[in-house]
Amino acid sequence: MALLEVIGLNKYFDGFHVLKDISFSVEKGEVVVILGPSGSGKSTLLRCINGLEEIQSGQIKLNGEVINEDSTKWHLIRQKIGMVFQSYDLFPHMTVYENILLGPLKAQKRDKKEVARQAEELLDRVGLLDRKNFYPRQLSGGQRQRVAIVRALCMNPEIMLFDEVTASLDPEMVREVLDVMLELAKEGMTMIIVTHEMEFAKAVADRIIFIDGGEITEVAEAQEFFTQPKTERAKNFLNIFNFKEYKKGVDNNEKI
Amino acid sequence: MDIDFILEISSLYLEAGKFTLKLAFIGIILSLLIGIFCSLVNYYKVKFLKKIVNWYIELSRNTPLLIQLFFLYYGLPKVGIKLGAFTCAVIGLAFLGGSYMAEAFRGGLEAVSKAQIEAGLSLGLTKAQVTRYIIFPQALAVSIPSIGANAIFIIKETSIVSAISLKDLMFVTKDIIGIYYKTNEALLMLVVAYLIILLPLSLLLTYVERRLRYAGFGN
Repeated sequence: MALLEVIGLNKYFDGFHVLKDISFSVEKGEVVVILGPSGSGKSTLLRCINGLEEIQSGQIKLNGEVINEDSTKWHLIRQKIGMVFQSYDLFPHMTVYENILLGPLKAQKRDKKEVARQAEELLDRVGLLDRKNFYPRQLSGGQRQRVAIVRALCMNPEIMLFDEVTASLDPEMVREVLDVMLELAKEGMTMIIVTHEMEFAKAVADRIIFIDGGEITEVAEAQEFFTQPKTERAKNFLNIFNFKEYKKGVDNNEKI
Repeated sequence: MDIDFILEISSLYLEAGKFTLKLAFIGIILSLLIGIFCSLVNYYKVKFLKKIVNWYIELSRNTPLLIQLFFLYYGLPKVGIKLGAFTCAVIGLAFLGGSYMAEAFRGGLEAVSKAQIEAGLSLGLTKAQVTRYIIFPQALAVSIPSIGANAIFIIKETSIVSAISLKDLMFVTKDIIGIYYKTNEALLMLVVAYLIILLPLSLLLTYVERRLRYAGFGN
């Protein structure tokens, strides 16, 4: 049985059809990367999966259980679905440590000692244990994003959603965040990742879901998607990142 | 200027100052509670209550405190509700201050970004928990300058309660002028007494405001 299953999901924003009949599933331990042009609905899809956006029709199942029908239960479901945002969204009035402990202590009502131990272990793994008592404003973008990942991980989620987590980082900080995610993937964490980092997608993904205009137009094994995309739209999308023809010293008439 | 006279009456001012402070303190605390309640009702768009709250805010902000006090002190007994002067003063101050505090909090609540709320929700917190641990502390920090300004405003407004026979600083001053005709001395003491209460508060507020600015909430 798939860990997460989305069946016939439709989403409208004021009459505008943003997600059209989306169906896919994610197995336990699988890493799925969602690719597609800007505005194609990738982020919206992630937000629908943990109930930040309402959907108009369709079903979302976690462990075979429909999770999108009772809106009063979302807070329980969300404890099993970790989410990391593009803009980190750490709580500025809390230290790193307090940021991480808030969810496990207040939402999950877990034992403080146990959570503290886990928090320190996780912080150590992302190399930020010495920043434990810092406030978010005292950290760099990359550090903040690593804390945000730890904050989500400390809830022991069954699946993690990453929404363009490196999109607002300086290039040299992108790596430190992606390394953390690669490490997670290696450990068998189930993840759905929206990203624009193509090389990273190649390295981390088991499967690629390509979305364009609110529709899934292609689903393929990562290797296959990057080497032999089936649809014209996917081909065009991948070609955007090809700069060969603009290389200096190459005659523009002899386009490759 | 009669220095001996000033020394003689200073104990009266001390008493009256304590009374003014006590009244202001109770008024400010109640105003804060009313303000927080009203701003949350508005923020979460609670049906029905929201309408009442908005009526209250308009009524309170657009009528003078003196009229509100007269209504409570002289008007209500006519319909059988008799309240003591002190109770009237407290109700009047809370009624007036509550709406100003509500507006101050509203600004703070609106300053909390949607992303912060979503980050809280995505951790599995309930709406009430998000309000308590994320929205409220951030809104409070943003509102502190206006809350402080309102507190000073409420302290100054207490000078009106002398009109319903309460022995605050203003009342004592008018009394002394009436009995001894020492207008200059009495008014000087009145100004000094208010400055002693308000100046430290103003300075503290400036300091807190600067600290908050450096703390750089949000960004």
